[in-house]
Amino acid sequence: MRIAGYGSVADARDVSFTFNGRVLRGREGEPLAASLLANGIHLVGRSFKYHRPRGILTAGSEEPNALVTVGEGAAQEPNVRATTLPLREGLVARSQNCWPSVEFDAMAINDLAAPFLGAGFYYKTFMWPASFWEKLYEPLIRRAAGLGALSGAPDDATYEKAFAHCDLLVIGGGPAGLMAALQAARGGADVILCDEDLTPGGRLQSEQEQIDGVPAQQWVDRTIAELDSYDTVRRMPSTTVTGVYDQGTYAALERHHGRGSSAPVACFWRIVAKRAILAAGALERPIAFANNDRPGIMMAGAVRSYLNRWGVACGERVSVFGNNDDAHRTARDLTAAGVHVAAVIDSRHDAPTSTEFRVIRGAQVCNSSGRGRLDAITLRSVAGEEKLQTDCLAMSGGWNPTLHLTCHLNGRPRWQRDIAAFVPQTEGSIGAVPGLEPVGACRGLFTTAQALQDGAEAAQRALEALGKTAVAIDVPQSETDAYRITPLWSVPAHSRAHGKPSGGFAWMQGRAWVDFQNDVTVKDICQAAQENFASVEHMKRYTTQGMATDQGKSSNVLALAVLAEATGQTIAQTGTTTFRPPYVPVPLGAMAAGATGQGYTPRRLLTSHAVAEDRGATMMEVGLWYRAAYFPQQGESNWRQSCDREVGYVRSAVGVTDVSTLGKIDIQGPDAAKLLDFVYVNRFAKLAPGRVRYGLMLREDGFVMDDGTTACLAPDHYVMTTTTAAAGQVMAHLEFVTQVMQPDWQVRISSVTEQWAQFSVAGPQSRALLDGLLDGGFDAADWPFMSCGRVSIGGVAARMFRISFSGEEAYEIAVPARYGESLFTALVAQAEALGGGAYGMEALNVLRLEKGFLTHAEINGTASLHDLGMEGMQKSDRPFVGQVMAARPGLVDKNRGRLVGLKPRDADQKLTAGAHVFDPEDTVERINDQGYVTSVGHSPTLGHMIGLALVSNGLDRIGDPVRVVDHTAGLDVICEITDPVFFDPEGERARG
Amino acid sequence: MVELREKSPCDGLLPLSIGALTVTELALGQVTSIAPYPGQLDQVRADMSETHGLRWPAANRSQSKQGVRLLWFGRDQALLIGQAADPKLAGHAALVDQSDGWACVALEGPGAEDVLARLCSIDLRPSVFKRGHSARCDLRHMMASVTRLGTQRFQIMVFRSMAQTLVHDLKTAMEAVAARG
Repeated sequence: MRIAGYGSVADARDVSFTFNGRVLRGREGEPLAASLLANGIHLVGRSFKYHRPRGILTAGSEEPNALVTVGEGAAQEPNVRATTLPLREGLVARSQNCWPSVEFDAMAINDLAAPFLGAGFYYKTFMWPASFWEKLYEPLIRRAAGLGALSGAPDDATYEKAFAHCDLLVIGGGPAGLMAALQAARGGADVILCDEDLTPGGRLQSEQEQIDGVPAQQWVDRTIAELDSYDTVRRMPSTTVTGVYDQGTYAALERHHGRGSSAPVACFWRIVAKRAILAAGALERPIAFANNDRPGIMMAGAVRSYLNRWGVACGERVSVFGNNDDAHRTARDLTAAGVHVAAVIDSRHDAPTSTEFRVIRGAQVCNSSGRGRLDAITLRSVAGEEKLQTDCLAMSGGWNPTLHLTCHLNGRPRWQRDIAAFVPQTEGSIGAVPGLEPVGACRGLFTTAQALQDGAEAAQRALEALGKTAVAIDVPQSETDAYRITPLWSVPAHSRAHGKPSGGFAWMQGRAWVDFQNDVTVKDICQAAQENFASVEHMKRYTTQGMATDQGKSSNVLALAVLAEATGQTIAQTGTTTFRPPYVPVPLGAMAAGATGQGYTPRRLLTSHAVAEDRGATMMEVGLWYRAAYFPQQGESNWRQSCDREVGYVRSAVGVTDVSTLGKIDIQGPDAAKLLDFVYVNRFAKLAPGRVRYGLMLREDGFVMDDGTTACLAPDHYVMTTTTAAAGQVMAHLEFVTQVMQPDWQVRISSVTEQWAQFSVAGPQSRALLDGLLDGGFDAADWPFMSCGRVSIGGVAARMFRISFSGEEAYEIAVPARYGESLFTALVAQAEALGGGAYGMEALNVLRLEKGFLTHAEINGTASLHDLGMEGMQKSDRPFVGQVMAARPGLVDKNRGRLVGLKPRDADQKLTAGAHVFDPEDTVERINDQGYVTSVGHSPTLGHMIGLALVSNGLDRIGDPVRVVDHTAGLDVICEITDPVFFDPEGERARG
Repeated sequence: MVELREKSPCDGLLPLSIGALTVTELALGQVTSIAPYPGQLDQVRADMSETHGLRWPAANRSQSKQGVRLLWFGRDQALLIGQAADPKLAGHAALVDQSDGWACVALEGPGAEDVLARLCSIDLRPSVFKRGHSARCDLRHMMASVTRLGTQRFQIMVFRSMAQTLVHDLKTAMEAVAARG
């Protein structure tokens, strides 16, 4: 029911929306919950476990009940709180966890089975047989219980992630937060003001209060205007700070409601602040009594919010139940708005009275009735029990400071008796968040006057800490009514005088709900205590209290108070569970913003990429790089045909491939040779200018890190190549060696991988190609195997290296990357003219396999020099990294897997990488495992598949048959162990 | 004779305009990484001042003079941009040509900081990150060098091979900023 003249959206546009298929009207910008209440709808959803009818409990993000699913298809979002979802034209929302409808939910049968489904039921019942849990029990339970569901389709909404920095972060836009922000802004601090609400003012928007003699809203507007006049103040509305992390880092979720379809729906912020002020306010807590979960029973403060802020009366005959003075405000405001107040039931004998409405002192509400909506409550006092007709009960068990963020670094709150609530520990105590100061209601100062004063003073301290000049505090006059409370946690269903009712479904009458979201009752908590789950953390896990989307914001303190009663401890002794981020649910899409699909990693593209794509190359990912796997030609129906053809180019004509992805490290300085000698196992000290050498380097633990070639370009100037896979690792290793192990050596390293585009020209026709390419032609006599030098191509200074990864006569040409595409195009054209062409990674792999050359399939992090047959390369007269550890007996054991070649006995048979090797006589069992295949390929040169493998004592078994088994590929083949070099073992082709 | 044509890292990707924000490719000219050998920094500082008239930049700073910029680029390392390095420097520092190694763009316009705030974690407030200030930092998943060239103008450098990802990420962030109006 709307109340004329009330609410901030009185002038807002009328919009239509759909709830459970019904088209309704509401006001733009008001929360969906307000629109539903204005339409007389209290029944919004069904509860988690028992499928009980549930209504709207609160008016904020703490809402446990009124969760709806918004949108459809991929954009479907479950568990949206109707209390914080601004209404917009065309909004489609529906109830969750009910079938076929929220009014008639078939699963409500669970409620009748409640005695069997109490705390611990699942743990005790679904124990046996164990195998049934995953297949049967869990799916069934998950189907029956739960909140909303995702659509199952990928979320196609856009999210963003962003960073922000400030001197002072103010969390909360109520009176304390506004005053703090204002004071800090006046003092010249860079301020970010995050407010969960779309509009500023916090509780002031929901109360009838005066500040400085004018309605509070006017003061809020004035303050905002002043804040907005500072360019050092950044206001972030609709932004909930969700977590506190180290070094003054705060996470925050900003929701954008109702923007255009392509605009981001949420932004996940990481805010770094030198200081922070927490002005998060307080949350009202319910009182546990029988059937306190009936739609129409709401928090007293929420009833005021809907009235004062949204102009909606939650009932026509409202009653109030509380244990504190604050609850009486609800009755006062409703009466002033012309809404009938049936009674205020206050558990305190000394509660204030009123001339405007009936106050029943020293009484408690002990039950409720109504079908789908409250129609009566039962009160109990010394006079006995009385039934009262009412369609809305506003309850208040007191207020809990919203101190969650103060505990995110493992702080524990402390119990404050006079307000019967937990408050944050003081700054500096164990676990307190450094630089974060709670103010106002979130540290138990509940009046507006206290909030304003506290906010200003905290800002003053922050200014001081920031080294800013403090300005005089000017706090406006405001409400100072003291907050008086006498704790009341739960009301027994049956007074001792009346005894327990008997027969029928009497047991159902007594359930007093503590956690609405997880269907946890007083009885469940008592049962947990009885079964010795008496610690608050155990109770939580046994009953599920405080879990799911609301994280027990309304129920936690009530639950542990009930637990304290059940265990005979004080609340302070019982303590709280651990507060962890996030404070409100954060969509994973927001955290992953920009990092889904191809955004997951950067793509590194070669200078030849576009040309390769134009030629129809299939790309493969190598680390972050994209490399051409093969270049299909017309008439080729599978990759093997392309690969075989490309291998043929290199073996019989000339092939060209882009090798720019290999790491290239420039090493300069008088001690450059010393560095090379120190990191490589073999000798480099005497490498002369114009010469290239193959080298292997070890990790400190003695295992092989990488291999590659290093060229001496000039005295004290070298360029090292690494494998593509280990480029980063080797660079980091060299940094470590030069910064930590040998910091005084006169040497510097620098990655030049991106500077040079480098192409391999390989094959018997490579000379002919170079002769047509290089300025001034090519004379092979100048370029012996493993030489390097400068060349000129079209006037561009280039480097050339005579090195080979294919076993053929081969040259690698490096040009500044700007010429990469052009050179690749020219090289391929010339190769084609000579009967060759471009080759890709598949052919490159086959070519190197035929030669037994290593990649990181073999240098796999567990292989030693000995395993790879490279132990002879080690120098003995000088130290090198990994030398001592490589000599450990375990690394040179002859029974370790050693590198060998494999070929199938039957030339038609396949091999797979990852297959395991067994003796033909042995059974295929783990204990008989002799090693594994590291890489395979089909050699068109030899006409059958070949592989490399690490086989126990392999080098002594050359010629022996082995059984190669790969269960995942259905492979079981007899192979022969061979030398790892299949082709041209003397290496004469490469030397030319 | 073969004729080799140049292609810039962002060829075909830029310029890009979204709302009032633009991204353009910056042609850096000659770029040389200068890394003084251990203990040689003072000498290099003197040589640099003498040969190029530029002060060696402190960490996270850059010096610029008549279109030549000396940019801090990491521990004991600076990039000389826009001029060939004087050979004299080679006596005490490793000089490495990096003219082709980096994609370099300028992001300019109102809200440029908001765009960068979506991609990199550093504090870019004008009071903290002033003109000429520079940082090696992450730009989404890439390691970048970000330098403030003006009140609303930033220079961004990433590996040449990542140019396409850089432009894509900038575009996404610019669209998000533009969507806020």
